[in-house]
Amino acid sequence: MCNGRETILLGTYNYMGMTFDPDVIEAGKQALDDFGSGTTGSRVLNGTYAGHRAVEEALKEFYAMDHAMVFSTGYQANLGIISTIAGKGDYIVLDIDSHASIWDGCKMGDAEVVPFKHNDIVAMEKRLKRIPEGAGKLVVLEGVYSMLGDIAPLKEMIRVAKENGAMVLVDEAHSMGFIGPNGRGVAEDQGVLDDVDFVIGTFSKSVGTVGGFCVSNHPKFEIMRLVCRPHVFTASLPPSVVATACTSIRKLMHAGNKRAHLWENSKTLHKGLRDKGFQLGTEEPQSAIIAVIMPDLERGAAMWEALLHEGLYVNLARPPATPAGMTLLRCSLCAEHSAEQVQTIIGMFERAGKTVGII
Amino acid sequence: MDRAATAAKIAALIEPFNKKGVEVTDTTTFAGDLEFDSLTVMDFVAEIEDAFDIIISMNQQAEIENYGQLIDAVTKLQG
Repeated sequence: MCNGRETILLGTYNYMGMTFDPDVIEAGKQALDDFGSGTTGSRVLNGTYAGHRAVEEALKEFYAMDHAMVFSTGYQANLGIISTIAGKGDYIVLDIDSHASIWDGCKMGDAEVVPFKHNDIVAMEKRLKRIPEGAGKLVVLEGVYSMLGDIAPLKEMIRVAKENGAMVLVDEAHSMGFIGPNGRGVAEDQGVLDDVDFVIGTFSKSVGTVGGFCVSNHPKFEIMRLVCRPHVFTASLPPSVVATACTSIRKLMHAGNKRAHLWENSKTLHKGLRDKGFQLGTEEPQSAIIAVIMPDLERGAAMWEALLHEGLYVNLARPPATPAGMTLLRCSLCAEHSAEQVQTIIGMFERAGKTVGII
Repeated sequence: MDRAATAAKIAALIEPFNKKGVEVTDTTTFAGDLEFDSLTVMDFVAEIEDAFDIIISMNQQAEIENYGQLIDAVTKLQG
């Protein structure tokens, strides 16, 4: 409900619809009763409960990896891991459209930061080859870029990174649970997950709560728990949060039907909007995010308001958060949206688009 | 390549980015005088990097505010 009108939410990252899953809610309630409202301590002091270990075990199983480390937010996961593995004298080569948490992690670690044009494999390779011999190299990529909903050509990029002796970190925040045969993300989908040194993810999207994590097969990974400052110097997640996350992650391992339905939703909405004459961020649907490109900020804002009036909430993204100064209406789909609702959404877009004069 | 040769090469590279035809001297600033936004900076830096086969990291870019500083930095980076 929004302003007294029933409203379809098409602007959440609750891709897999886990926030109201009865098992997830029950697990959270039970943990609240059993362990209280919070841990009031750092993971390295009194803030590691059985639930924190349990959710890390669930992550290791979900990704089939040896190590998992949970942070209090996804932002802190990028901040912590990147700043800890790449320090002064090392080089970080990253996509120019990277998330703010990646940029901040680079800055905090004091490494030399070398950006390249979005998804440009040649530009990335040139920069890797110019790095002085002997310097540590880290390539930072994302599976799905959240502004346009486009994916990275990880297969080629990771191959090039490895050929040039770089470690690879991939942020799969927007793909977890949905993309790849087991929902492990774009790297899994492209068959290169084994070559990724560090996968960063979040509980605040498909998992449906809050928190961040890193999974890895690196043999010395466990030392990170002690030296990674955003992990050490902050309170750990409340027991109810790790309990809901753990239950949700385990359910996502067997969510093949939901994944298929969400893909259907994404394809239907993409085709529906394109057929109505809207300009979209990607030629084909590549993720659960569909970005509708607005001609300018004024009409973008008018369209956003017209959609809200129709009973549809989407996210309005504007410069400087967007690439190339674009104004976008970002639609993010949920596996709980029914096929009928997707048709309703397309109708709302058509009416609003005509009212505002975009189509 | 010495400073003069480097300067000549950069002068040719900056031309297509100097949309307003501002007169470029050593004290011309990129953000102020040339009104480069972050995307223009990225494209311009990429051109320079490719032309001289060097890396100008973000950390180094932060120290470069005007045209003279860029020529100095590129001259030095070719080592």
